[in-house]
Order: sequence, then structure tokens, then C-alpha cells
Amino acid sequence: MEQAKLMVFPQQDSLLFQLSGSWMLQTGVPGADESLRQLRSGTAIRRVAFDASEMRGWDSGLLTWLLALADYCNTHAIDIDSSGLPDGVVRLLALACAVPPREGAQRSVRKKSLISDIGNDTLDAARITGEFMRFFGESVLSLLNLLRGRAVYRRSDLWLIIQDAGVRALPIVSLVSFLVGLILAFVGAIQLQNFGAGIYVADLVGIAMTREMAAIMTGIIMAGRTGAAYAAELGSMSVNEEIDALQTCGFSAMEFLVLPRMLALMLMMPLLAVYADLMGILGGAVVAVAILDLTWLEYFIQVTKAVSLADFSVGIFMSMVFGIIVAVIGCLNGIKCGRNSQAVGMATTSAVVSAIVMIVIASAVLTVIFDVLGI
Amino acid sequence: MMTAATAHITVRNLTMAYGDFLIQRDLNFTIDRGDIFIIMGGSGCGKSTLMRHLVGLKAPRTGQVLYGGQSYWESDAAQQRRLKRCFGVMYQSGALWSAMTLTENIALPLEQYTDLTAQQIRRVASLKLALVGLRGFEDFYPAEISGGMQKRAGIARAMALDPEILFFDEPSAGLDPVSAKNLDDLILELRESLGTTMVIVTHELASIFAIGNNSVFLDPETKTMITTGNPHTLLKECANPKVRAFLTRGAA
Repeated sequence: MEQAKLMVFPQQDSLLFQLSGSWMLQTGVPGADESLRQLRSGTAIRRVAFDASEMRGWDSGLLTWLLALADYCNTHAIDIDSSGLPDGVVRLLALACAVPPREGAQRSVRKKSLISDIGNDTLDAARITGEFMRFFGESVLSLLNLLRGRAVYRRSDLWLIIQDAGVRALPIVSLVSFLVGLILAFVGAIQLQNFGAGIYVADLVGIAMTREMAAIMTGIIMAGRTGAAYAAELGSMSVNEEIDALQTCGFSAMEFLVLPRMLALMLMMPLLAVYADLMGILGGAVVAVAILDLTWLEYFIQVTKAVSLADFSVGIFMSMVFGIIVAVIGCLNGIKCGRNSQAVGMATTSAVVSAIVMIVIASAVLTVIFDVLGI
Repeated sequence: MMTAATAHITVRNLTMAYGDFLIQRDLNFTIDRGDIFIIMGGSGCGKSTLMRHLVGLKAPRTGQVLYGGQSYWESDAAQQRRLKRCFGVMYQSGALWSAMTLTENIALPLEQYTDLTAQQIRRVASLKLALVGLRGFEDFYPAEISGGMQKRAGIARAMALDPEILFFDEPSAGLDPVSAKNLDDLILELRESLGTTMVIVTHELASIFAIGNNSVFLDPETKTMITTGNPHTLLKECANPKVRAFLTRGAA
């Protein structure tokens, strides 16, 4: 195709643009800046005209050039004589100029300094903490409502959510906790063997799994698996105005959406943690039997001697706390999600990251408390 | 600009189904170059599904969709891409990418398919927005503008590459009568000026008669098309009670 060409003929008080070739985006069109410069340099130009008799084809390429020209002419009181242009071009140009640019709609991007960024982040952190506390408070109130039998939610939803947070999580919980038990035993076995105390691997794995590791590992797994799912699900519901729809139908989003999820995780996390205890201890047993030449029976007797009911209860309690953390943070991020698809992604990320951070902090705090209490 | 009518899109013995669920069967119609073609029919008859078949989002169960004689579903990937470049699609609710500004929405196909510089792309994007009456909203995010404006921005994005065929899924649904009329005028104007073939899914009677010059009528009960042709002619001549009821709002 023939390249677009532009010739400019200055006449007394006007400019004549002669267009030839094909003015298509594909083949490239002359930039508007050059033409604008010619308009500016020519003194006292009152009129621009066009001759397109040699033009072979056009599309948006021509129109963008013309629009830039027309904008300049309109602001500088220069007449546009469009009689030399094809009909379609004239009409589209008129259409493009029909609605004037909206005043004040243009955005100016303000540069931010590091200090204002830090300030904003600090304010955000304070706001988010406040939001979390309020949300947590509301969810506790909805729990109380549930106990009074007044909470409105769908039973069938609750069962589905329980199923998803419980049985469906078993495979990954099995794998991770089995391997964690195995790793603990492996690391311990190498050290303990030096002292001829290989049998204490059972104590190490048993106590570590039941008190801490099972709860923390299931917590982190559920944060990535279920907390993220809650944030994404509730987030897209808020994008689609489904949460607004629930509220206008008189349902409380808190009771209808958050409560079942919180209940499900509160009930399922301890069960998963018990299961993770067993799998971890089993993982340890494999190492004990394979490397330390212990028998299965010796190992399990040693574990039952080492692990007290208190250790076990501490782990169960922690896992329930983690369940609440994962559910509340996941749901909070989902419900507070912005109204676009990117916001859903951000809500999900934030749900997982803050849930994991909170789990680690909570476990540290709880460990210190239990230590002080001597449990 | 337009010469005598030549077939642009030909649909031959098209059968559409989701799994075992039959949507429509034995569709046969032709859309000429420069036509404003209306896909009409009652709710749930498969209008939007037909459009998904025409734009290459869903493969037909049997039958062919031909663009200027070339069968879309029998072409290789490179040819399909070339054909797709000639389509512009406006989705029902705009389907603008919400994480991008209006300019970025329009710029994305341009960046992908043309060698223009960043500044030229910005100019083209501004032009397209100007054509749909959205000058000055270049740096707005879709969530910050009203539903009607989102629809128009959706049209601007569909037009980004100067497509030969523009598809509209319910363009006037949810618009006030004046905006709907303006949208119809815009569609007519684009057809007149650029010679674009328009395929429109709609059941707005006012639009159908104001802009359509060819159409197909789908029937959800018999799961096939009843008739095809100019809506005005159909109103005058078609004897089928379903079509008459549709075109006269149940009066006849």
C-alpha cells in the first residue's frame, strides 16, 4: 500500500493540506505535531483547508491526525474548511467534536513523597486495625445471636462449607504434617543418636507436633487454601453487588456469609489438627523405625508416655484460635474488597498474608502465656 | 463507498449446543457487507450464544461460520487470529478491564496488533473515546463512570482496531430512551462513514426498526430460526404468529 504523504501549501491567510497515499494505522500516518508546528509558525492563519483527491484510503489514522488539528483550530479561532475531505471523514469528525471535553474531568497525577507514603501507610494501618476489631466484634455478636437461635443463615450452606474446610482439606494436611513429623524426627535423630538417646525422638516429635506444629501447619494450610477462597468468593460477590442484594433482602452479611465460615473453621480446624498430630507422629515413626532401629511399638509407647493431655489441649486450643483468625481475616478482606477484578486479587493476597502473620504472632503470644501459666 | 451487496458472514447449517443441551439447530442465513444485522428472539432463545459462535468464542456442534468465504472453525490458528482482528465486540455490560483506565483498555489491542508509538496509541484512544462522546474521560477507571458510559467505552474499545465487523450484545439494554437513540445514531453513523458490518443482539423494537436492515428470528420452542430478512419486510409480510407477536409487542 502507498505510504501516507502530506504536503502543506501556505496561502495568504490560510494553509492547504494536501493528503495523498493511504492514511491507515497499519501503514503509519504523519504525526500531528509537525502539522501543528506549521500552524503555529505561520502568522495570522485564519483558515485551514484540505485536498484529499489523491488519498487512496483512510481509517482512524486520518481521524486522529484531523482531531488533533481540529482541537488546535477550535481553540485558536481558525476556521476549518472540510469540503475537501471525504463525506465519511467529515461526519465522523463532527461526531468526535460533538461532545466537548468534560471540564475538570482530566486527571493530574500528583507525585508522592516518601514521607507522605509512610504517613499514609501509618494511617492505613490504624484504620485497618480499627476495621478488623470492629469486624471481629460484629462476628462475635453474630455468634451470640447464633447461640440465642436468632442468626439467619442457610443450613445447607454451612454443611457445604464444613465439608470443604474439613474432609476436602485432608489430603494436603496429611501430606504436609506427615512430612513435618518426618523432618522433625530426622533432624532430632541425628543429634540424639550422638548421645545414644535415639528413643527421645518420640518425645521430640510427639510434643512438638501436638503442642505447636500441627496447629501452625494446619493454620497456614487453611490460610492459603480456605482463607484465600473466602476472600475471593466474598470479594467477587461484592464486585457483583451480591452482598448489597443480600442486605436489601434483609439478611445480615455477617450472619449469612461470615458466621457459617467462622463456625466451619472453628469446628474443623481442631479436628484437622488432631488428624495432623497423628500424621506427624506417624511420620516420625517412619524415621525412628528406619534410621534408629526402634520398633513401632517402642516408639508409640514412648510417645504416649511423653505427650500429656495438657500438650494435646494446648494444640487443640491454638488450632481453634487459628481457625477464627483465618475465617475472620478471609471474610473481612472479601467483604471490604473494592469493585473491580484487580481488587479481588489484592483482597485474596492480603487475606493470606495477614492470616499467616497473625497465626505466627498469635502462636508466639499463646506460647508465652502458656509458659507463664505453667501449662 | 459500498458497492453491491456481497456476503460478509455466512452461517451454514449451524447447530449450537452446550453438552447435551441443544440451543438452536439448522441455522442458515447470510449477513452482507455493510448490513446492520439484528439477532432477535424471545429471552433464552440463544441470541447471545449465537453471537459467541459468530465471534469465535464457542465452536459449533455442527455446521460452518464463513467470513468472506473462509470457514472460521476450519482455519488454522494463524488464520483465526487474522480473522479475529477484523472483529470488534461490545459485551452486554461493557466488559471493560476494570484494572485499566479507559485509554489503557482501548490501547491494549492497539499495542498488540499495530506498530504505533505510545503517543499515537494515546491519540487513537482519545479519538475513539471522542467518537462515543467520552472526551476527557481518558484516565478514568471503568468503575468511576456510569453504566451507559461504560457501554459507550465498550464500543470505543470494540472499534479500537477499525474492525470490519462490529458485534453488539444488547447495546441499549439498561439505557434511557434518549441514550438508546443516541447509541442507535452512533451505530448508523459508523456504518455510513466506515462501512462497518454491524451484528446486533437486541430485543428493543425501537432499535430493530430504526437501524436494522436484515435480521434473523430465533425461536426457543422449536429450537431453530423461524425467518430471516429485513425487519420492516417481516412486519409486513411474515405470517408466523410468533414473529408477528414479537414485532408488534403482542398486538397482532
